[in-house]
Amino acid sequence: MFGVSTQALFGQLLLGLINGSFYALLSLGLAVIFGMLNIINFAHGALYMMGAFCAYFLLQWAGVGYWGALVLAPLIIGLVGVLIERTMLQWLTGLDHLYGLLLTFGLALIFQGLFQNYFGSSGLPYAIPPQLTGGQNLGFMFLPNYRAWVVVFSLAVCLVTWFVIERTKLGAYLRAATENPTLVRAMGVNVPRMITLTYGAGVALAALAGVLAAPINQVRPLMGADLIIVVFAVVVIGGMGSIMGSIVTGFALGLVEGLTKVFYPEASNTVIFVIMTIVLLIKPAGLFGRAA
Amino acid sequence: MKHRLIASIAALALAAAAPALAQDKTVKIGNLNDMSSLYADLGGPGSTLAAQMAVEDSGLTAKGWKIEVVGADHQNKPDVASNIARQWYDVDNVDVIIDTPNSGVALAVAAVTKDKNRVFINSGAASSDLTGKACTPNTVHWTYDTYTLANTTGKAVVKAGGDSWFFITADYAFGHALERDTEAVITANGGKVLGKVRHPLNTSDFSSFLLQAQSSKAKIVGLANAGGDTTNSIKQASEFGLASGGQKLAALLLFISDVHALGLNVAQGLTFTESFYWDMNEQTRAFSDRFSKRMKNGAKPTMVQAGAYAGVLHYLKALEALGGNPHDGAKVVAKMKEIPTDDPLFGKGEIRVDGRKIHPVYLFEVKKPSESKGPWDYYKLIATVPANEAFRPLAQSECPLVKK
Repeated sequence: MFGVSTQALFGQLLLGLINGSFYALLSLGLAVIFGMLNIINFAHGALYMMGAFCAYFLLQWAGVGYWGALVLAPLIIGLVGVLIERTMLQWLTGLDHLYGLLLTFGLALIFQGLFQNYFGSSGLPYAIPPQLTGGQNLGFMFLPNYRAWVVVFSLAVCLVTWFVIERTKLGAYLRAATENPTLVRAMGVNVPRMITLTYGAGVALAALAGVLAAPINQVRPLMGADLIIVVFAVVVIGGMGSIMGSIVTGFALGLVEGLTKVFYPEASNTVIFVIMTIVLLIKPAGLFGRAA
Repeated sequence: MKHRLIASIAALALAAAAPALAQDKTVKIGNLNDMSSLYADLGGPGSTLAAQMAVEDSGLTAKGWKIEVVGADHQNKPDVASNIARQWYDVDNVDVIIDTPNSGVALAVAAVTKDKNRVFINSGAASSDLTGKACTPNTVHWTYDTYTLANTTGKAVVKAGGDSWFFITADYAFGHALERDTEAVITANGGKVLGKVRHPLNTSDFSSFLLQAQSSKAKIVGLANAGGDTTNSIKQASEFGLASGGQKLAALLLFISDVHALGLNVAQGLTFTESFYWDMNEQTRAFSDRFSKRMKNGAKPTMVQAGAYAGVLHYLKALEALGGNPHDGAKVVAKMKEIPTDDPLFGKGEIRVDGRKIHPVYLFEVKKPSESKGPWDYYKLIATVPANEAFRPLAQSECPLVKK
């Protein structure tokens, strides 16, 4: 097909799916935060980067390996998120979106600047955990074990998050609190605490993606800045705040990008934005969004 | 009272201006660099420091010269860089722009510099076009270029049996030039290129390109990219088992900052070309020691930063020989070409009529973790290419300054 063998194409699709799982995890965190708090969290990329750095520090300074970091780094960075929400974001409730966007954007620049100042821009090495080195020869491609793990694990995390928000009582509270916080408070639910924890959870998702990415890419201060714009495009295409939308579009756009890398690699950085433009023209609320 | 004040101010101003007319000894050096992205560690703020050290080591300040070093971030965008260069030349009275990695940016700055008749001492950009068809009487290209990389690494790899290649190329002026120059060397030595793929600058995931390289069945996967793009390619190539499939990587451009970032476990065994390594001799070690003490992360200088140091040192030497700063770029560069170069980092050499600085280059191999005595002890010297063979012969030059 178009001079590319079906086998090669299949390999590229699989790779697209793997990259898509990062988009899905990150856009999921953004969607949770936007859907529940109405905050456009521009610090998401920086927090993702901090997740990766946290894994590196845990290994270097505390001897905690990959598996420990997978649990601890999201917790630690999640706490940072809680702190950010308590000290800064909570004062922006009820104000225009723009304030939250500017605040988080500023925070992202500060975090990235600090890390860059101390660790340079080329980044630090982080090895693949020994249990997941090597790979499988699938006949049409060589699939590193670690990439297989990433796609399975992030899919599981995405589905669990979706389930918690859309299918459990806790999720129902959350959704109700975004619709009408006063009424939910009257029912005896501590809404501010719930919002803080939700922001923390969204941030933890970003940090988790950071830990997953650490062995694949260099742990670099700008690893999030490079990714965040694409992820925002994913969220916009999926529909701001839609949980399932962000998961499905995350994976789908990974596939599209993968295909672009085969047929016209020069455009692989731009294809997602082209799609975003088209979607916005045809369906301004995004593929899965409800028109406001 | 008021009149007296004005009169004395005027007198002071005249007094200050008078020697400037006779013999201007003020110089402003601008380090136009990638300060925050994928090339910031190989050039970046480290090049500003290198220039600063060159100013200190020149001893000119003690002789009454006023030399200032400034820096700016070009964000790897030629248009941003051209704007800064114009602002520097027109408003801020910058005399010389140094370093400037990213060939796309460098070619733009070279054109502005010629336009404004200032000086451009490039260290970080690779494109051999800077001293080829895009050469100007105002450009000096110090450290290395794509011709050298191709001719050294490329030739060595083909001679060692790596005769079929697949290129993973950064999609801009630098990548294209490196791919072009290397391909010429490969075919001239009896090898062939089976395929190539071009990726956008600053890509984080290379798996798709590596898969294409794997299915090409080429013996050598040539990386015609730099900085963060190269480290990500190398790291992911090891993840995708390129080596176990019998393919070898050829990193056509690799810096010590990249090797440090990758770690020896991943980087070991790579062969590549550089014109400077901190652990070459007493003088390079002494400089690098002083340098890394002043770097925030304690990094040793890359060849790009070393080139920024040596270039500024030679530039100041030329100014001193001229007896002052004539603020005439072509005149200063002519003087730089006239005086033979001699500095502690690159040794003795010369700047050719096309602007190409000539010195030996080295083929290095990255040490195994067991061979390294500690951080930054990374390279083994494989071969030295003498100065007269390392760079493109003038006879092959497309530079209009070369009379044939």
